[in-house]
Amino acid sequence: MTQQLILYPLFLQMAISIILMFGWSRIRFQKVFSVFGSILSVALAIVVFMYIWNNGTQTVQAGNWKAPFGITFVADMLSATLVLLTAISGLAVSIFSAGSVLRDRLRFGYFPIFHFLLLGLNGAFLTGDIFNLYVWFEIIIISSFVLITIGGEKAQLEGAVKYFTLNILASMIFLTAIAVLYGITGSLNMADLAGQIAMVENRGLVQITALLFLIGFGIKAGVFPLYFWLPASYHTPPFAVSAIFGGLLTKVGVYALIRVFTLIFVNDAFLNNIIMIIAILTLVSGGVGALVQNNLRKVFSYLIICHIGYMIAGIGMFTEIAIAGAVFYLIHDIIVKTNLFMVSGVVYRIKGTNSMRDLGGIYANWPKISLLIFIPLFSLVGIPPLSGFWPKINLIKAGFAGENYITVGAIIFASFITLVIIAKLWAEVFWKADKELPLRSNFGYFTNMTIAKKLQFVVPVALLSIVSLYIGFGAEHIQELSARIADELVNNQGYIDAVLNTKN
Amino acid sequence: MRTTIILKTASNYLLPVLLVFSIFILLRGHYLPGGGFVGGLIASIAFILHSFANGLNKTKELLIMHPGFLLPLGLAISFLSGLAPVALFDLPFMTGLWSHDPIAILGSVGSALFFDIGVYLVVNGVTLTIIFTISESA
Amino acid sequence: MEILLALMVGILYGTGIYMMLRRSMVKLILGIILLGNGANLLIFLLGRITKGAPPIIPGDSKVFTEAFADPVPQALILTAIVISFGLQSFAIVLVKRAHTVVRTDDLDEMNATDEDS
Repeated sequence: MTQQLILYPLFLQMAISIILMFGWSRIRFQKVFSVFGSILSVALAIVVFMYIWNNGTQTVQAGNWKAPFGITFVADMLSATLVLLTAISGLAVSIFSAGSVLRDRLRFGYFPIFHFLLLGLNGAFLTGDIFNLYVWFEIIIISSFVLITIGGEKAQLEGAVKYFTLNILASMIFLTAIAVLYGITGSLNMADLAGQIAMVENRGLVQITALLFLIGFGIKAGVFPLYFWLPASYHTPPFAVSAIFGGLLTKVGVYALIRVFTLIFVNDAFLNNIIMIIAILTLVSGGVGALVQNNLRKVFSYLIICHIGYMIAGIGMFTEIAIAGAVFYLIHDIIVKTNLFMVSGVVYRIKGTNSMRDLGGIYANWPKISLLIFIPLFSLVGIPPLSGFWPKINLIKAGFAGENYITVGAIIFASFITLVIIAKLWAEVFWKADKELPLRSNFGYFTNMTIAKKLQFVVPVALLSIVSLYIGFGAEHIQELSARIADELVNNQGYIDAVLNTKN
Repeated sequence: MRTTIILKTASNYLLPVLLVFSIFILLRGHYLPGGGFVGGLIASIAFILHSFANGLNKTKELLIMHPGFLLPLGLAISFLSGLAPVALFDLPFMTGLWSHDPIAILGSVGSALFFDIGVYLVVNGVTLTIIFTISESA
Repeated sequence: MEILLALMVGILYGTGIYMMLRRSMVKLILGIILLGNGANLLIFLLGRITKGAPPIIPGDSKVFTEAFADPVPQALILTAIVISFGLQSFAIVLVKRAHTVVRTDDLDEMNATDEDS
């Protein structure tokens, strides 16, 4: 049974969402079961993670068709780590959804679709087949379309139209890229493709295919010239939905970029240069964009874009230490960004608005919650020893080693601008004198909630803050983990052997 | 919506014929063109035609339960058919299991058939839910 | 045959993108549909067009004796068609909802998300 352990996270999410669908209109049951299932999936993800840590890369050939003919599921260290992080963020957002999402929205199958989204994320991380990756991407975007439109307010629908159009376009470009890739190699298994692509004579065609992948994944990841859908839509849905989107959806794009550009299209100076330029522009434009925004969630949306730049820069430099930095940043970013959108939800509940101009005085009135929120905010900036600091050391070190001084400059600029933004945000939202806002009727203010309800807001933020603190103070462990992942990614022969010469 | 007497009468007879045809398509799907997806579409077309001729409420009465209920049911059947080789024989997920002796009419039955039945139900449920939602809000 | 299909793919992609760039939401959906069909046809074209039997070995032999068609592109296209079926029906419902709420078909007037709030 253990040889198929890596598929169990998929089975679990699938089973949870089927059971939740059977209880379509029983909202209380859905809340309890969703949280219960998420706790189970965290436990399972830890088991899978430890198993991969001890035994190395594991594969399952679905349908017992030998690679490269069937669909292979592969769990290497990177996949296992991301599955674990998905489970942790999923648990936090599940608790947060139970507290914060309105009943009218929960009636339309919020929880089953939420778990479908998690299923899609797990599948995308675990698959070893490029077309299967496309299918998981579609599962992710279909679930995310439903989550972003649930409720159907004006801004939400407008945001959804933009989100929908650009994500479909990205999928079409991804599909086109797969078509060309199949045309030139006749294979879809990523490990097999690694060998096949190296043998193709027509390098120009390979580079064009790689660029198609870069554009398709780039739209999903939100890199420089392709990110406009992101700040136009991420601030419209319920806060819990923003949290899971902000934390995980763009990161799937980054994961796909890491996978494709470390396994299939490797060691191409032309591609690496393009990725590097995109990374620099992403870092700068995302930072500058965040500087002028007033809505909390829009600030965080631009910061997502800005920080995607770090990870892309790591891929562009393509040294072991740079990729270790990118992976470390990915680990830190998933937890922190999920947390930040939940924080904006807590702030919204306290004051009834998300506009920085109108907010203020939260520190004076809610000192304990403010101190809790301090952790994710300043982890994001990377004040040592909090978690955002360590990966940047790797990236800057790799930048100096490769003499990419412009990249180093952009990384430092982006860190600095993040510091400015967060400092401004802290001053505006928490320290500024309280402003009397007209009380909104029919709005559940945080003050008036029962303790149990309050806990549903605070516990997930606290949970992710503790994980953030661990990433910061236990940086040694994460550093060891990301170094191992980078080693597996750069020396990809281990991955290829595991897929193609399986023993079962 | 005004409907002619011809459509109304025809749809009553077409409904059972199309449903039987959809099951035929579902069963022949393993080696010949057909299968759960197409079968499901044909079955849902039968119900949609019925709703065009007799109105949405009549079709809903005919269906007894909401078509949305078919979704988890179909998903569960498909999922369990994929899970069966893992749980029973410790083979990889979705490995085809086949009965040794052919059964009358059906031929040899495998886990793929149950997967297809699941797909049939899901497609039916999804299509009917979509069409009902669109025509209710129109 | 290849050249005809290649032209067809080009036309589908071209019209699809042209339609997506228009300001009307209905044309946006038409563009998405055309683009999806173009991508499916491209997979079919790049999977090599061969005139052959379905890739099923007859019961009385062990290997293929005649030319057979590559089943993989067909499986890919079928999957892609099913997915785009779901996406397109979702798109139609979404646009319909958006139209009743926003009361316009013009994408340029959908700027509530860019307001400073």
